[in-house]
Amino acid sequence: MSANLINMLLEATLQTLYMVAISGALGTIFGLPIGVYLAVSQRGELLSSPAVNKVLGLVVNATRSVPFIILVVAIIPFTRLIAGTSIGTTAAIVPLTIAAVPFIARLVENAIREVDSGLIEAARAMGATPLQLIRKVLIPEALPGITLGLTLAVVSLIGYSAMVGAVGGEGLGDLGIRYGYQRFMPEVMLAVVIILIVLVQLVQSLGEGLARLVDKRAPRNRGR
Amino acid sequence: MAEKQTTGAAISFAALGKSFEKKGSGQVMALEDVSLDVPAGTITGIIGRSGAGKSTLLRMVNGLEQPTTGSVTVAGHDVGRASAAELRHIRRDVGMIFQHFNLLSSRTVYGNVALPLEIAGVPSAEIKPRVDDLIARVGLEDLSRRYPAELSGGQKQRVGIARALATRPKVLLSDEATSALDPETTQTVLKLLADINRDLGLTILLITHEMAVVRDIASHVAVIDGGRIVEQGTTYDVFADPKHSTTRSFLSGITGVTLPSFIADRLQPERPQGAAQEVIRITFAGRHATDPMLAMLTSELGIAVNILAGAIEEIGPHPFGNLLVSVEAGRGAEARAYLERHELLTEVLGYVG
Repeated sequence: MSANLINMLLEATLQTLYMVAISGALGTIFGLPIGVYLAVSQRGELLSSPAVNKVLGLVVNATRSVPFIILVVAIIPFTRLIAGTSIGTTAAIVPLTIAAVPFIARLVENAIREVDSGLIEAARAMGATPLQLIRKVLIPEALPGITLGLTLAVVSLIGYSAMVGAVGGEGLGDLGIRYGYQRFMPEVMLAVVIILIVLVQLVQSLGEGLARLVDKRAPRNRGR
Repeated sequence: MAEKQTTGAAISFAALGKSFEKKGSGQVMALEDVSLDVPAGTITGIIGRSGAGKSTLLRMVNGLEQPTTGSVTVAGHDVGRASAAELRHIRRDVGMIFQHFNLLSSRTVYGNVALPLEIAGVPSAEIKPRVDDLIARVGLEDLSRRYPAELSGGQKQRVGIARALATRPKVLLSDEATSALDPETTQTVLKLLADINRDLGLTILLITHEMAVVRDIASHVAVIDGGRIVEQGTTYDVFADPKHSTTRSFLSGITGVTLPSFIADRLQPERPQGAAQEVIRITFAGRHATDPMLAMLTSELGIAVNILAGAIEEIGPHPFGNLLVSVEAGRGAEARAYLERHELLTEVLGYVG
């Protein structure tokens, strides 16, 4: 493999990391509060508001129903509005974020709903406001689940990022298609696949490690 | 030791009712016309079977449930009519402990005890000495950096108690706090509650399905059945002279005084023809509780007494006994009259031919 190809692989890896990192971070910033709200606005919950919950749930489901490649193309005008251009790695972050937000919101919602209702009752009995309850009880208690959910979201984003080549997003997936497939360079395809496998493994291990670190639910073996 | 406040009611339930909407079956009455005063500074037990409504009753004290009719007053505040902000203030005056402890798994012992103080907006400089003090009071100094998952059940409930005391409440609610603990641990937790009641003059309202818990620490008791209070009074009076069948069945559970099966199987309600034995329950209470009444019955009236089962224990400072005996049926009335004259309670359970 030529030095040129190695450079291209390196560059594509950095592009993928850039897209996944920024869209993952933005997806969390928007998805986390939406997920928390989805969990606490259900009927009979802390901030019970079934109508709003229903509408928000519909929007989330609608966004998640659209195949990612369609989403990328469909929102090109919006992408241009936000990023100033509809082509390139930075522009690709817009559809990736739009896809990540509802996905992360659902994962966070599930993690929050797993929190033992007895803890919510205990905090209410202490006179906690809804905001205190969310900040001091729900999020800390759901953190192991949220961490695993975010890990899953980042892994999915790595997969999605391969499709943004359609709008000139570049990155590993795009390199694999343009060189490995269209120019018949199987060694490039192989290299791309191997890098993706390693990336996903790293993200998964890191996420699971973090989740274990924040999970105090099971007694740990305290070696002395 | 702090002087106890024993005047007035800390918690007052007035003609309280609670109904739930239930799908298919319409309204379900969980509580009906409950009136009860919990005297300040006492430990009051509410005993009932599961589904009797005791848990709903307890949750109305801190507004976790709202009454449908009637009112609950805590330290002068009407809980049912309080605004959200007022309710949060009332809740800081009412600590609560739970059957399953409800500790945050993400926080250490220290962090759990500090939580109500953080919620109340106590400055962080004041939190640490207060939390250290509370953890010492429940005897967990060495474990303050441990997480709940690393503690035993009894230790977790001690954390729960320390947490409930953090905001210096006037009232402590206990929701089956010892039901998930083994008997030995139950005793240590009950002792801790009794100490807290004595040292801090705190009013404790506890619900339980175990009469032993009431016997061990409660000075007052209310028996709840089918959403109504069927009997209430001081623990001693209720134990000495239970009026309602639910109370009796709870009592027979703890005194361990039940008929041996070879008698129980042959027991009949009417006196049969011919020679028969009358089976009597004798409850020893009051000043004759420690007198050798059965020996006197034999020596003074010449009535022979068979002891079938019995136990004597203490409720607070008073001895309290329960005996099942049989005497010759023909002399049963005479024997009972003699015992009643000496302030013992008797009850005919049946006859054995």
